[in-house]
Amino acid sequence: MALTKEQIAAKYAELEAYISENKDMDGALIPVMQKAQELFGYLSLETMELISERLDVPVSEIYGVATFYALFSLTPKGEYVISVCTGTACYVKGAQLVLDEVKKQLGIGSGETTPDGKFSIQDTRCLGCCGLAPVMMINNDVYGRLEPADVKDILAKY
Amino acid sequence: MKSLAQLAEIRDEMKKSIAIRMQEKPGSDSKVRAHVLVCGGTGCTSSGSVTIREIFEKELAANGIADEVQIIQTGCFGLCALGPVVIVYPEGTFYSQVTPDDVSEIVSSHLVKGELVQRLVYDDIGGGKKAEGPVSLNETGFYKDQKRVALRNCGFIDPENIDEYIATDGYKALGKVLTEMTPDSVIELMLESGLRGRGGAGFPTARKWQFAKNSVSDKKYVVCNADEGDPGAFMDRSVLEGDPHAVIEAMAIAGFAIGADEGFVYVRAEYPIAVKRLAIAINQAREYGILGKNIFGTGFNFDVNIRLGSGAFVCGEETALLTSIEGHRGEPRPRPPFPAVKGLFGQPTIINNVETLANVAQIINNGAEWFKSFGTEKSTGTKVFALGGKICHTGLVEIPMGTPLRTIIEDIGGGIPNGKKFKAAQTGGPSGGCIPASLIDTPVDYESLMSIGSMMGSGGLIVMDEDNCMVDIAKFFLEFTVDESCGKCTPCRIGTRRMLDILTRITEGKGEEGDIEKLEELANNIKATALCGLGQTAPNPVLSTIRYFRDEYEAHIREKRCPAGQCKALARFTIDRDLCRGCSLCARKCPVNAIEGVVKSPFVIDQDKCIKCGTCIDSCKFGAISKK
Amino acid sequence: MNTVKLTIDGIQVEVPANYTILEAAREANINIPTLCYLKDVNQIGACRLCLVEIKGARALQASCVSPVGEGMEVWTNNEKLRKARKINLELILSNHNRECTSCVRSGNCELQQLCKEYGVDQYPFDGNKSEATIDEISPSIVRDNTKCISCRRCVAACNSVQKIGAIGVAKRGFNTTVGCIFGMSLADSPCINCGQCILACPVGALHEKDSTADVYAALNDPTKHVVVQPAPAVRATLGEEFGMEIGTSVTGKLVSALRRLGFDKVFDTDFAADLTIMEEGTELLGRLKNGGALPMITSCSPGWIKYCEEFYPEFIPNLSSCKSPHEMLGAIIKSYYAEKAGIDPKDIYVVSIMPCTAKKFEAGREELSVNGLQDVDAVLTVRELASMIKNAGIDFKRLPDADFDSVLGESTGAGVIFGATGGVMEAALRTVYEVVTGNTLENVEFAAVRGTDGIKEAEVDLNGTKVRVAVAHGTGNAKELLDMVKRGEKDYQFIEIMGCPGGCVTGGGTPIVDATTLSYIDLKAERAKALYSEDAGKAKRKSHENEEVKTLYKEFLGEPNSHKAHDLLHTHYIPRPKYIKK
Repeated sequence: MALTKEQIAAKYAELEAYISENKDMDGALIPVMQKAQELFGYLSLETMELISERLDVPVSEIYGVATFYALFSLTPKGEYVISVCTGTACYVKGAQLVLDEVKKQLGIGSGETTPDGKFSIQDTRCLGCCGLAPVMMINNDVYGRLEPADVKDILAKY
Repeated sequence: MKSLAQLAEIRDEMKKSIAIRMQEKPGSDSKVRAHVLVCGGTGCTSSGSVTIREIFEKELAANGIADEVQIIQTGCFGLCALGPVVIVYPEGTFYSQVTPDDVSEIVSSHLVKGELVQRLVYDDIGGGKKAEGPVSLNETGFYKDQKRVALRNCGFIDPENIDEYIATDGYKALGKVLTEMTPDSVIELMLESGLRGRGGAGFPTARKWQFAKNSVSDKKYVVCNADEGDPGAFMDRSVLEGDPHAVIEAMAIAGFAIGADEGFVYVRAEYPIAVKRLAIAINQAREYGILGKNIFGTGFNFDVNIRLGSGAFVCGEETALLTSIEGHRGEPRPRPPFPAVKGLFGQPTIINNVETLANVAQIINNGAEWFKSFGTEKSTGTKVFALGGKICHTGLVEIPMGTPLRTIIEDIGGGIPNGKKFKAAQTGGPSGGCIPASLIDTPVDYESLMSIGSMMGSGGLIVMDEDNCMVDIAKFFLEFTVDESCGKCTPCRIGTRRMLDILTRITEGKGEEGDIEKLEELANNIKATALCGLGQTAPNPVLSTIRYFRDEYEAHIREKRCPAGQCKALARFTIDRDLCRGCSLCARKCPVNAIEGVVKSPFVIDQDKCIKCGTCIDSCKFGAISKK
Repeated sequence: MNTVKLTIDGIQVEVPANYTILEAAREANINIPTLCYLKDVNQIGACRLCLVEIKGARALQASCVSPVGEGMEVWTNNEKLRKARKINLELILSNHNRECTSCVRSGNCELQQLCKEYGVDQYPFDGNKSEATIDEISPSIVRDNTKCISCRRCVAACNSVQKIGAIGVAKRGFNTTVGCIFGMSLADSPCINCGQCILACPVGALHEKDSTADVYAALNDPTKHVVVQPAPAVRATLGEEFGMEIGTSVTGKLVSALRRLGFDKVFDTDFAADLTIMEEGTELLGRLKNGGALPMITSCSPGWIKYCEEFYPEFIPNLSSCKSPHEMLGAIIKSYYAEKAGIDPKDIYVVSIMPCTAKKFEAGREELSVNGLQDVDAVLTVRELASMIKNAGIDFKRLPDADFDSVLGESTGAGVIFGATGGVMEAALRTVYEVVTGNTLENVEFAAVRGTDGIKEAEVDLNGTKVRVAVAHGTGNAKELLDMVKRGEKDYQFIEIMGCPGGCVTGGGTPIVDATTLSYIDLKAERAKALYSEDAGKAKRKSHENEEVKTLYKEFLGEPNSHKAHDLLHTHYIPRPKYIKK
């Protein structure tokens, strides 16, 4: 999974280009951070320093924004990101038990990544498929009407 | 597009094309004789509607009728529980839970031979009855009590095609406003309609516009709040997915009314389909000259930008939303000054919710009287609810304000599944409260809900049955608010956390005498002193469950018992001596060796060792173990 | 200005229309309690203690951010408000380390004071506390988050005022923390050690790194010859720690107290200020004449120096190479004085009493040493000195005045005013003018560089040569000034920059004044008055008239900027990364 130097350089070039294009826009910081998150999967100190430099915003402020919003991550995420919906509809239908089972199976907690870098569990609010409650997403695959017992087999697919 | 005449031209042309869907005779000599609508909302997409559409395309081609049948990907039909949903026009036949394997049958039988695939037809006409003979969508129990105003195009048009929107009189209202009305007359009409904010608090929309119009500034903004965060509510997402142009049109009308030339839609990044369709719609509107400079040649300029929310519920609070667009932590700021005076980037700004905006063009087109014909005197129009929880028809419903809760739950929602009893409904999400079964005849409008300690909120309506513990539900909502509190003000940052500490204690059987009073004291203080709406309403779920289910709290505290049997720490697992065959399976499965006994005689659970994991219940083949 | 009339607790007041209710209440002699509010620095309505009830308003409003309105009826004190404030205080206490007796701010804590006023007598809402750490790695500042109440005054001081951003607000909800990114130490952050955060903190979550133990150890060590030197601003502020009025000059008592504490010699940093003018003035004239890097920028303020190294490394060549005054004096003590007194420099221990926390960091800089000996061995803030004086049972207010020790104790008025913004500039101009023109400067007061405006400018005519000068105080203002210079919008020959707003008199090591008092007075101006009045009372007001300085050159250094002077009194700077990564 590790990126080559060239790939990283290309991503930075893309980020730089995005910043140049948008830096005069009012409130550019968050869109730029979203772009960086999308490119790298997380925001490293180096990335934040670059954004800080270009947008003249202190790194501490960028860090404050990054830790405020759930979308931003400060550590690399796993290859597969698992989101168990804990919206009301899913909760009422037992999503907590499903989430507990995922944590048990992987041996990690919310916001953590397995040591092999394969899975991360992400806190998630309503995914908006309340009709399928309880729902879990692994990257873009949706699994609905789950029972805790289903979890093991689903994880085995990855 | 330079003029209204061109708009009318497209409209007339396109009306012919959607005539089949309007169940009118097609006005053109087109070969198309049927429309197949496949739901492309998030719910149905999650259950595979994209594949279904692709198979339809193949099957139609294989049967040689590809040019006779048009496939349209629409927004949400509302009945998400039965997705993926497919509707075939001109009959209006509603096929539910369609699998990829069903498609060829629908094509060969319905579309080729004209014979309905009965086994897939949704024909529940309410009250548990099935229709005899063919039934159209609007005759089903789920739809017949609904009145779709905000959702009128959702599940009807292709949201990625501006022409279809224009065919349903889209952008006609904007044309009318720009050529026949003044900002004052627009605001007057909105005032007359009685439209109130659908995002939660129900503030009159026209008054916001009036304040912003009266603020003197060269630059003003229109902001659409699409940061729908209430867990269990997804109507804003459905509108954006199903009818994005309605929002864009309304924003332009609002821009004209207050004197703004720029708009922002702040939408959750977690809604990728909505974001995509909105972006497509904005681009199409720009291409048509409906956004941009000199719209319809009237000299009015207006454009719309998208900003993505990054996952913070508090950004649904209007000042926090503005702070977020400005590029900061989404922390609310004190009001006054109100956004209408000093809002985005310090300029006068109105912030309207998606559903609110979805009503605007229709009010312009049909008049205030028409709008007021739905709903009650003080709560005019309709409201969309996301029905969820322990209810048969999970999904999206739009009802006239003032419809009794009973109608929503029993008729539209199809009642509670598995023969369970209705216990309470929760409206208003983490800001709202519960409505107990005894108040099931409460009309659903702003005032009535407020008077019983709940609120309309953005429209989540979660149904709970006898198995749901109300203390646990209060704890669930508070956990949410504690997690989503921005952390700026003391009462919300620490106070809600302390309330959660107490609730957690209660559900773990460590409640103490005086806890309820302490909860009430904290709750009232947070309501009175928190900085923003999130904090001020955070205690509502607790206060309202205490109000209606105080006995449940007391059972937890005094008897260390959860009447609904949901609180794990309070549960007692016991083996029925008469039913137990002494097979020892449970004892072998128990992870903590809490079950002892001699083979072929009844086993016993040691309550001190039991960790209440439930493994024994799952393992027992004789139903001898129960949880109380 | 437009005014509005409103009633507050039944008292009618008429105030400017842009006032907040809090400000209007103060006009009516009503004190509304505040905690997160700090005038001109932090007005965010977060702590929810300054709540008031406004007739017709839906919820209680935070008076610190609520604008006044015509005809408004406001209540600031009723049962409902008292109860609300008390609960919010109790909530704050439920997540606060309440070890008051061992807290550096005990007796000077705004939270403690409010709890007393509101009769908090129990802790009804105790529960788990949020995760908190103590950062003691920085040589200047300790951050104790177990005491942090998330009022964000420090963040505003660091970000909005100083424009540094070493600390910020991170996470959200109950987990909200104030601190450096990724849980780093201040020592590895862009922190310039100015200590403005300490002055802003209402509780004990921020304080200087205590050096009194080191100083006590030196004083108790019979082999050490312990020499002390207080900075100009110390005499203008120390009295406050003993209940004296703000702006009282206590020079004579300060000297007496230091002697009683057991210091072997009491020298004066003011002497070194005069020495600095000789060196820096000569350096400026040299650059003007020989085409050195201009504008030349002063280098007395270690907060500013670190800021320049991190944020504006391109201006490093513009910095004067002069060490800051106390470092110069340290070097002279360990050379000239050591020789004169016949003491091995290794046995001399130099203690600087400074209004500054950055001086603690500065004293540890490798380049500020001679022959392997640091010029200065320990730095105490005014607050630390006050605690030593109290600890020693010295009745400070009643002490007789005493004089500094010769041969490094004489100072002119020019040295004294170093402690206020514009003071270094004014002192330099007094000397440079006379050196260049050969005329006697009749009016020594350069009004244009005095006062508390963020950026001040002046043009001085030196026999036909116009010299354009500017003064900025606080790194936020410095940033603005430097950016203008960078963009070519401004052109100066000489700039004075002090890291703290107001200069040294309001430095991070000075007595902490509570937010309520700060609402009524301009602390910068009040404290500066003490220095300007001392200057006005001096017979000699120009550095080059200082006899002891003249003797020092004659006996030891030769002339300003001589080779020896360079060895002892000048230094160099290095570009620094904002973050030290490990």
